[in-house]
Amino acid sequence: MSTALETLTSSPLEEESAALDVVVEAGDGYVGTIPAGASFRIVDLAGNQAADTLFYDAADLDNRYSAIDTIREQQQVYLTTGSRLLSANLDVLATITADTCGRHDTIGGACSQESNVIRYGTHTRHQHACRQTFLRYGARVGIDARRIAHNINFFMNVPVTAAGGLTFEDGLSAPGKYVEVRAERDLVVLISNCPQLNNPCNGWNPTPIRLLRWDAS
Amino acid sequence: MSDPLLTHEIPGGAGWSVLLRAGRELVLSATGAGANCATLLFPVHDAVDRLNVPDTLKAQMSARIRPPMVLMSDRGIGLASVTGSSLEWHDCLGGHSVDAHVERFGASSYATDRNAWRRSARALFLLELAKHGRSAADLHGCVNFFAKVATGDDGSLAFVPGHAAAGDWVSLRAEVDLLVVLATTPHPMDPVWAPAGVRAEVRTAAPYGPHDASVTFRDESARALAAAQAVFA
Repeated sequence: MSTALETLTSSPLEEESAALDVVVEAGDGYVGTIPAGASFRIVDLAGNQAADTLFYDAADLDNRYSAIDTIREQQQVYLTTGSRLLSANLDVLATITADTCGRHDTIGGACSQESNVIRYGTHTRHQHACRQTFLRYGARVGIDARRIAHNINFFMNVPVTAAGGLTFEDGLSAPGKYVEVRAERDLVVLISNCPQLNNPCNGWNPTPIRLLRWDAS
Repeated sequence: MSDPLLTHEIPGGAGWSVLLRAGRELVLSATGAGANCATLLFPVHDAVDRLNVPDTLKAQMSARIRPPMVLMSDRGIGLASVTGSSLEWHDCLGGHSVDAHVERFGASSYATDRNAWRRSARALFLLELAKHGRSAADLHGCVNFFAKVATGDDGSLAFVPGHAAAGDWVSLRAEVDLLVVLATTPHPMDPVWAPAGVRAEVRTAAPYGPHDASVTFRDESARALAAAQAVFA
């Protein structure tokens, strides 16, 4: 069934009790584990920041987040509260349990130096890009180029139309908005805090995000 | 039009792969109504590169595949141009079927159904990929030629039954040497198991110049084609 277009839900979890609380600077990344049952929150500290995110089954890195399977099985392109984040084997890796932004993209992919050249020209070839961060942090845990799947762009707004069009628009996000997922099995999470300067996905100014994790009691 | 260099009839519900030289055109034609041809592309010069659907869509501001779009790779290469089609919409958001989709139609095995056994696109993809030394890690978003999944303004996705009729076709011009992996299994959102066959024909493509429809479509399309020309410095 389709989920609602925008579902605003806040979380009761208190920042003070988090087991993980880190800030990821603009253009930096994060890789870590999320145990089954834990809640994992990404906070858009300054607003309009894209957090490119991949989840993996910690027991099988090929059982990775699948954007295509996730949108098809829920017949809905946008992600929000209640969305189940499915793997390539249709296992539920995580569920979005809170979302104060409203909706998130998963068909826009991650920027790379090469796709920047296609989109913006050769002068962008040496600008930092999400794929660089995925490769660098992924290498620490055995996630190589082939295992970098189509990702989630938390806080990013990529509307589709009935005519089959697709656009990148200003984000719906604002300072302090967040999204929270519950891990449905032991997960590896890989994040690139997007350094893109050439389109409005980061409001033309990449900014930090904050990551918090609460483990199941 | 030149005689085909290769003609192959892919039955419904089957997997196939073909190595396609740069500068050749692969024409896929539905031989029955409701065909679906799940398709993956890999450049043979690069062990890790492959078709990237999100990059293809965002560079060309489209949520569907149609002429004269260029199908782009992870590494920013224009792998193939969609040079023509009788259809204006080919799905690229629905993905390929897995065993759970096929099991909706009941149990099936070679022992009971012989070569009409029902298998998923995943199972067939993995077999064809294995023949080329590739595996599940290489799977990525596919194009489902001949299928349509309608996108609503509210982000909803709905399968459109009967999008393709017998005789519908699409042509792809290889921009670099390609491994093309196909599965003619029903679309994973199709409520009916009625696989239709697809005829594949390979021809020599006409040389293209600066006025080619894919070159002039968008600056992004032209840059992807330029990258394909520059794969080897």
